[in-house]
Amino acid sequence: MSGKLNIEVPTMAEMIARGEEPEILFWVGCAGSYDERAQKTTRDICKILHHVGIKYAVLGTEESCTGDPAKRAGNEFLFQMQAMTNIEVLNGYNVKKIVTGCPHCFNTIKNEYPGLGGTYEVIHHTQLIQDLINEGKLKAEGGESFKGKKITYHDPCYLGRANGIYEAPRKALEVLDAQLVEMKRCKSNGLCCGAGGAQMFKEPEKGNKDINIERIEEALETHPNIIAAGCPFCMTMLSDGVKMKDQNQNVQVLDIAEITARANGL
Amino acid sequence: MISQILFIAITIAAIALFSFNLKKVIRNIKLGRPADRSDQPAKRLMTMVKVALGQTKMVVRPIPAALHFVVYIGFVIINIEVLEIMIDGIFGTHRIFGGLGSVYNFLIGSFEFLAMGVWLACAVFLIRRNILKIKRFTARELTIWPKSDANYILITEILLMSAFLFMNAADAKLQLLGAHHYVNAGSFPVSQYLHHLLPDTESGLILVERGCWWFHIIGIFAFLNYLPYSKHFHILFAFPNTYFSNLEPKGEFTNMQSVTNEVKAMLDPSFTPPEAEVGRFGAKDVNDLSWVNLMNAYTCTECGRCTAVCPANLTGKLLSPRKIMMDTRDRMEEVGKNIDKHGTDFSDGKSLIDDYILREEIWACTSCNACTEACPINIDPLAIITEVRRYAVMEESQAPSSISAMLGNIENNGAPWKYSPSDRFNWAKED
Repeated sequence: MSGKLNIEVPTMAEMIARGEEPEILFWVGCAGSYDERAQKTTRDICKILHHVGIKYAVLGTEESCTGDPAKRAGNEFLFQMQAMTNIEVLNGYNVKKIVTGCPHCFNTIKNEYPGLGGTYEVIHHTQLIQDLINEGKLKAEGGESFKGKKITYHDPCYLGRANGIYEAPRKALEVLDAQLVEMKRCKSNGLCCGAGGAQMFKEPEKGNKDINIERIEEALETHPNIIAAGCPFCMTMLSDGVKMKDQNQNVQVLDIAEITARANGL
Repeated sequence: MISQILFIAITIAAIALFSFNLKKVIRNIKLGRPADRSDQPAKRLMTMVKVALGQTKMVVRPIPAALHFVVYIGFVIINIEVLEIMIDGIFGTHRIFGGLGSVYNFLIGSFEFLAMGVWLACAVFLIRRNILKIKRFTARELTIWPKSDANYILITEILLMSAFLFMNAADAKLQLLGAHHYVNAGSFPVSQYLHHLLPDTESGLILVERGCWWFHIIGIFAFLNYLPYSKHFHILFAFPNTYFSNLEPKGEFTNMQSVTNEVKAMLDPSFTPPEAEVGRFGAKDVNDLSWVNLMNAYTCTECGRCTAVCPANLTGKLLSPRKIMMDTRDRMEEVGKNIDKHGTDFSDGKSLIDDYILREEIWACTSCNACTEACPINIDPLAIITEVRRYAVMEESQAPSSISAMLGNIENNGAPWKYSPSDRFNWAKED
């Protein structure tokens, strides 16, 4: 369970000071760092990395916002300031490979940093989990059983449509022997949770419904035990939706990393 | 002889008028900023073949896809018949390809079936739009003109196909009568059922046959010249539009080079930026958009697949990606007319933002890319929304207050929320 973190999380600075270089940098992201709910996912990603013995590090306090919300909101200046500052840090540490805990960070670093001098191999944590499963390093044993549970997966826009990653998160769920049910609008046709494009940080414009309610109604139509997410913003929107529908006793909203950690008893 | 001269004159006039209007359209598109889409020609060609020619993105909605496919194939193939009409018209011949014998019979026979298919498909389209009132076709932005535009096109196609079939019916009847000039050619599997509707006299039949012939060809010329004013321009623009469409991951927004230079200069005082072009950040008006954005606007068929999947629109917000495209085209046309009337330096004091696209619309977007995914010909409304946001934020500092607060937080403490950077790593120590 996502309890206390009994492991030391190494920072890049410490590692370099020890004369070591990590295989992969874990880019935590702002939500993963500060949002209480997302922090649980962050800790579970660390547990998974630790469990499989990958040499990893985080930037710790040297990390800063990728600039994604600034860019989507139209402030290209602020975005590029953030990007160039981050690239300087990343290049300074000679970072080659990055795993992110957030599809927005993933998209920004993977697609928008190269043009500004920051070229890295970037993967999202669900891709890392898929790779580990494929390599046989990660199974679904020794922990909570998800056998027979109904799970529906919500595609984050910035992982799915934006970058064409639909299979990795599903692969992580398939090994659980659970019952995967798709929502009517899924994969390339998936409905946004309502948080993208900097909407996370503002009140919605006038309308007749909140987008996350529209989405949660669709999710609930599949009668799931678990709604799986892969994005901290989706997590907030979906959790709020489940609460609004008074379903939080029956339906859990969990990140793929949390599900994986639980299944492995981490 | 007189009819030949008349035909040639009409043909030249129609083509000249179309070229004149097309040039204006191209000039309007060129009002946009440069954008380099010359990379990866092979991939671009493949995209065009798959998406425009092969209509691969239409299949998501199978019923309209099937109907549209009939009309599309009908349009393309029946145009072979237009080639014959052109030659006959210029040289005064009749069914010049008739000598091809059984091949010709097969062709004409297929055209007849296609013509009937197009006729029926257009009739179903009219019913869908006007009687079933399908949600996609009843949105706020579909005011009188866009609705009429759609109906005019469908009615014209029905009339053209009717003329084609009646022309054939009259021709076949004349062939049976052994009328002079009417060579025995063609097979008429569909139009044979129209015979009883036609007169029996030779002169009456010739009147119908010639009337329909002239109506058909003049109709096609009229249709051609209607395109620049209509949403139906996609029949031409779908091809360049898909060829020049965005090949990068949908999540990747452009990095603004003008900003890169300034940021570099700020971070590194020794960096001298290249001579900066005077321009504004983002788009206040259509000429601040790229030519690709503007071509997108001319290509849009207003089918509304984008709006039908837009999460903002689905939940009652004002934003409709289709309206973004329609507004861009309307404003571009207005700017073009201003240039025609008053020259290039004229300003009418209006702009794309506020006079057409409202701020409430652009701030409702979640940048989820559902609209760009749904567009059957790769139009990108999100690119325009982003450019307008850039203008509002960077030139005017006008954003919803919570957005401004978020931007302030990133600037001051490197996170969109008001947390101290020194607390960023606390997650590792807490439960």
